[in-house]
Amino acid sequence: MTASRALGRLASLALLLLGAFAILLPFIWMLSLSVKPQDEIFSATFQLIPSRLEWQNYVKALTETDVPRYLLNGVIVTAGILFFQILFAVPCAFALTHRTFKGRTALFGLILAALLVPFHVTAIPVFLGFAQIGILNSYWALILPFVPTAFGIFLFRQFLSQIPADLFDAARVDGLSETAIVWRIAFPLAMPAATAFAIFSVTAHWNDLFWPLIATTDPDLATPPRGILFFRDEESGDDVGPLMAAATLITAPLVIAFLLAQRKFTQGLATGGLKG
Amino acid sequence: MELKAVTRRFDQSMVLDAVDVTIVEGSFTALLGASGCGKSTTLRIMSGLDRPSDGEVLLRGVDVADRTAYERNVAMVFQSYALYPHLTVFQNIALPLTMRHLGALGRFPVVGQLVPGSAEARRLIRSTVETTAESLGLSEVLSRKPNSLSGGQKQRVALGRALVRDPVLFLLDEPLSNLDARLRVRMRAELVALHKRTEKPFVYVTHDQAEAMAMADQIIVMIKGKVAQAGSPRDLYDRPATMEVASFIGANSINFFRPEDGWTGLRAQAPSAVSGVRPEHLAPSSTGQFGAHLETVEFLGSETILGLRTAKGKQLTAIAAGDYAAPTPGTEIKLEVTPNRVHLFDPNSGQRLCAEGA
Repeated sequence: MTASRALGRLASLALLLLGAFAILLPFIWMLSLSVKPQDEIFSATFQLIPSRLEWQNYVKALTETDVPRYLLNGVIVTAGILFFQILFAVPCAFALTHRTFKGRTALFGLILAALLVPFHVTAIPVFLGFAQIGILNSYWALILPFVPTAFGIFLFRQFLSQIPADLFDAARVDGLSETAIVWRIAFPLAMPAATAFAIFSVTAHWNDLFWPLIATTDPDLATPPRGILFFRDEESGDDVGPLMAAATLITAPLVIAFLLAQRKFTQGLATGGLKG
Repeated sequence: MELKAVTRRFDQSMVLDAVDVTIVEGSFTALLGASGCGKSTTLRIMSGLDRPSDGEVLLRGVDVADRTAYERNVAMVFQSYALYPHLTVFQNIALPLTMRHLGALGRFPVVGQLVPGSAEARRLIRSTVETTAESLGLSEVLSRKPNSLSGGQKQRVALGRALVRDPVLFLLDEPLSNLDARLRVRMRAELVALHKRTEKPFVYVTHDQAEAMAMADQIIVMIKGKVAQAGSPRDLYDRPATMEVASFIGANSINFFRPEDGWTGLRAQAPSAVSGVRPEHLAPSSTGQFGAHLETVEFLGSETILGLRTAKGKQLTAIAAGDYAAPTPGTEIKLEVTPNRVHLFDPNSGQRLCAEGA
């Protein structure tokens, strides 16, 4: 009995390890290459552990290339997007749940419908519009298209709808304005949803290559994935060590942030009514 | 506070129908009614959270229909307490004062310290909150979050948040219904004491007639969006205006005798009327006016509640003294009605007919 159970557990563990290995392999390879000396990278034999650690790849990526610039751009753009998304999504969600006005249900229906429209559909009209008003090739071009977020409004709405209306009535009696209620009561309570949303938003826009490729040509505005492309073009593929070091540097912030917020993230999703 | 012909409609349905309510300075008023009778809506209209579709809301003689709850300076305690879960007890109680004494800039976490006058305001808030907390026995828990408090403590925090503002009117929406029975009785006494101390008018919504009778000096019974009767607890008990009020008031529900139920009793002057007799005014006696078969016996210590059935199949409740030796169920016993304790009602309208009773 116990033997067969141990065997079953062993089998599932082996399968999990295999799956994890398949997913992690490119990352392990990236890490391995990023610390390998130049001559070992192109050696004919397969060797995961380098003979010595070549930190020079990282130094080179950080000092001789624009990677720090790309990272900074990534931070500015993702933080800007997140800030404005929350600035608008939380009040919208609050109005949709705890205020009554004509057409509220219809409006929510429209927001649900907007969830179904992929960004690529609106990309060209947005591009043409931005070209008209002349804000292509700017941080605004990278930030503005993502500020109205149907997903964010939906997520916050689901979360806020579970908060009893009494709480907001109490705040009204206590003399808080509607705006104050949103930021002093509703937003702090919606923190788990905000964390989950922040991870979605930051991951999506940190990794986004599609829109930066369309909206910007200036290397100084390149976000990390766009920057990697510049990097690869310049170095024409022979300087793999620093390239992999740069790729590691660009992936690391997200992985670290996710590990730190993992518990909050799953909690936010569960309470946000998105489970199942 | 006065409501004049206040009507509230939600879409098509009429929730309040021309309700007139007067709340005297310093009184303790209970709004009593079954769920869905409009008592909570009345309270929300008083608070300013809801607006009447029609009618006037006067506060100290001034029409306040367009003012918010904060502008009216009324305080409200909610059934769910509605404490802010992310703030400590101190911050919960302090919030109304923060909104009053600190400007928008002064409320900012760090910048606020630098705003002129804010340090003084903060000191004032701190001392007010601490005094209030002490009077409610909350000094020990000021730094805790509401989730870690017991029901009674949460209740006190909610009261503290109302008290600290020194409002002109306290509105309480079934504040005791989430407490267990023993704590409820204690909080009842505390509320009455609080009312005495503050000398401010309290309006108390409840569906529990015992709570209303025990605490209020004025009870307003609401039935289906209308005020059925307003008066002192004794008035309501002794002279219920309608059959509905009569059946709502009283720990044990009143017995109604229709003409077809037999026993005419005191109906001589109005043969078709329905007469109502409370169980406590119906007791077994060897010289009783009529008989009924005993069905159930509930011994409560101080009294014994008897369930009976008359020969015509009418169910009755009577109350005997605690030392009453009940015969075996099925026996016919004689019942005596306390004189002058019979209420007569019009069988069609349900209105009280004449001045029977005390």
